Amino acid sequence: MPTTLFNRIWDDHVVVERPGRPALLYADLHLVHEVSSAQAFEGLRQAGRTVRRPDLTLATEDHIIPTRGDRVEDPVAAEQLQAIRANCEQFGVPHCRMGSGREGIVHVIAPEWGLTQPGMFIVCGDSHTSTHGAFGAFAMGIGTSAVEHVLATQCLPLPKPRTMRIHFDGELPAGVTPKDAILAAIARIGAAGGAGHVIEYTGALVEGLSMEGRMTICNMSIEAGARAGMIAPDDVTFDYLEGRPGVPTGSAWDAAVARWRGLRSDPDAVYDREVVVNVDELVPQVSWGTNPSMTSPVDGCVPDPDSYDDPSLRAQVAQALDYMDLRPGMPLQEIQIDRVFIGSCTNGRIEDLRAAAAVLEGRRVHERVSAMVVPGSAGVKRQAEREGLDRVFTAAGFEWRNAGCSMCLAMNPDMLVPGERCASTSNRNFEGRQGKGGRTHLVSPAMAAAAAVAGQFVDVRSWA
Amino acid sequence: MSPIEPFTTLSGRVAVLPRNDVDTDQIVPKRFLTRISRSGWGECLFYDWRYDEDGRPVDGFPLNDDAAAGASVLVAGDNFGCGSSREHAVWSLQEHGFRAVVAGGFADIFENNALRLGLAPVRLSADDLRALTAELSTGDEVVVDLEAQVVRTASGVEYAFPFDAFYRESLMRGLDEIGTSLAEADAIDAYERANPARVSTTAVHAVVGGS
Repeated sequence: MPTTLFNRIWDDHVVVERPGRPALLYADLHLVHEVSSAQAFEGLRQAGRTVRRPDLTLATEDHIIPTRGDRVEDPVAAEQLQAIRANCEQFGVPHCRMGSGREGIVHVIAPEWGLTQPGMFIVCGDSHTSTHGAFGAFAMGIGTSAVEHVLATQCLPLPKPRTMRIHFDGELPAGVTPKDAILAAIARIGAAGGAGHVIEYTGALVEGLSMEGRMTICNMSIEAGARAGMIAPDDVTFDYLEGRPGVPTGSAWDAAVARWRGLRSDPDAVYDREVVVNVDELVPQVSWGTNPSMTSPVDGCVPDPDSYDDPSLRAQVAQALDYMDLRPGMPLQEIQIDRVFIGSCTNGRIEDLRAAAAVLEGRRVHERVSAMVVPGSAGVKRQAEREGLDRVFTAAGFEWRNAGCSMCLAMNPDMLVPGERCASTSNRNFEGRQGKGGRTHLVSPAMAAAAAVAGQFVDVRSWA
Repeated sequence: MSPIEPFTTLSGRVAVLPRNDVDTDQIVPKRFLTRISRSGWGECLFYDWRYDEDGRPVDGFPLNDDAAAGASVLVAGDNFGCGSSREHAVWSLQEHGFRAVVAGGFADIFENNALRLGLAPVRLSADDLRALTAELSTGDEVVVDLEAQVVRTASGVEYAFPFDAFYRESLMRGLDEIGTSLAEADAIDAYERANPARVSTTAVHAVVGGS
């Protein structure tokens, strides 16, 4: 019977199938960060349990660390940082300390080191774990109790999700990016459009993308409510991985690649749901509301709540526009911004920084705007500096920071003040996400860079 | 984590929050998430919707209604708990006193967290949720009967809800899920023997990084 990539990975990881109960799945890799792990380690201690496989576990500091200097001023945050260091020490878990040169956003470093590999089941106490699906892995976010469960057993009981396919037909026009494609797909299916499903992305668009572009797409699967997102591995995947520290070498590499080539959905595989999105005519996207599905093409306008038939949707849009302080019908290109944030696990990798720098070359940030770039990892930062991108950013008036989650979620000193409006390459525009009272517009790195220069949203396609 | 409190039938007051897509950033704002304790989360619940800049309760927010005092059932819209994986959202709801959330749907990670911790995620059809929300005001009494899988209002109307049989049993018995998985140690050992580790984080960690 024809089957899907997801089913193949699922079957490979079932430890025990128990009638009437969720299957027990084995995790190949467990990524840990400071915010969702403290209470899990404490639970282990209280129950007298230990970490079963520290050698399949990797911890980092990313959410709460400052991106300037190395002092954590907030005593509560400092205590959390101490906690992860002490916990990793006690349980023998390898840990990437701030300032060690290894640190970075958990979803940036694992692929960078070749730890994320095709066919794996990967978990992390973070919803953007879906990023790793770009390698043809089943990767999903879990809560703290599940983190404790995986630390103790390396396994997780899991009801089997349904499958969904988003087929991206066509090719992206110049100036339009994977970020725009996934934002448009989320706008189409809604913030809960993928709930209960694992999404497989297929089509000429994803086949033609680099691994970094694929990661941007899979990263935002959770913004459509999906359990995970994935893309079948191919030569692009193998070329990216070859030579990275985590992958096998010599004949073991050849054997791994041979195995990975089998990780695809059969041509006649059946999904529970299928959606086709054509990207030939796609326009750069800008979010205008308070969840990522509230997004429109940059040449469009802020919608009028009265144009929605469903009364609850009408109320929700009106509430969003009220929070965002936007006028129905106003062109998106008239929205003026105060801040620009380029970074995050969505768009903080080297290609994202190159795309933003290409727009900024020879230009200056608008006088009203304060702009910052935060590389996704210490490795990305080193690479960017080797290429001279840091000088392009600083010459344009951007701040060049150290790696971390930074203003994607504002659990550290980087945040908006109430009323500030930000063009952000991150993944969520929820109320207060980037700081209480702050207003977030999600865009691609090139669009964020162009907005920094213009002081308002512009169509980056006209800047070529 | 201590075993969860068994949940069979809950009689309690409701708080009605008729919004869709309530995200976990609203349920518990991220600035509280640097705390490492497992308690003290009730006060953080919906903080930025409950309180204004000066820390005064916001008029009109359902949880600030006197009638919401002691409420144990939260009634919300569709896609409740979307966004981040923070389990602190469930801790906050539970510590505030909620033992069930009735909604049109739940985000996957939130629902899994809730099931693991014994906060009952009760999913009603769109029509039933509309009818229930129209019938109830904050402070009204309802019964969430997990055994019969119905929400029963004071007027006697019953709204049936689906519930995964395994998790229903787990909630009703207050199960230690980690203990159950640890009991499969033989199967886990056998799996590891048949499937050698694909990576070693310790080995990779030793060779990467540095400037």
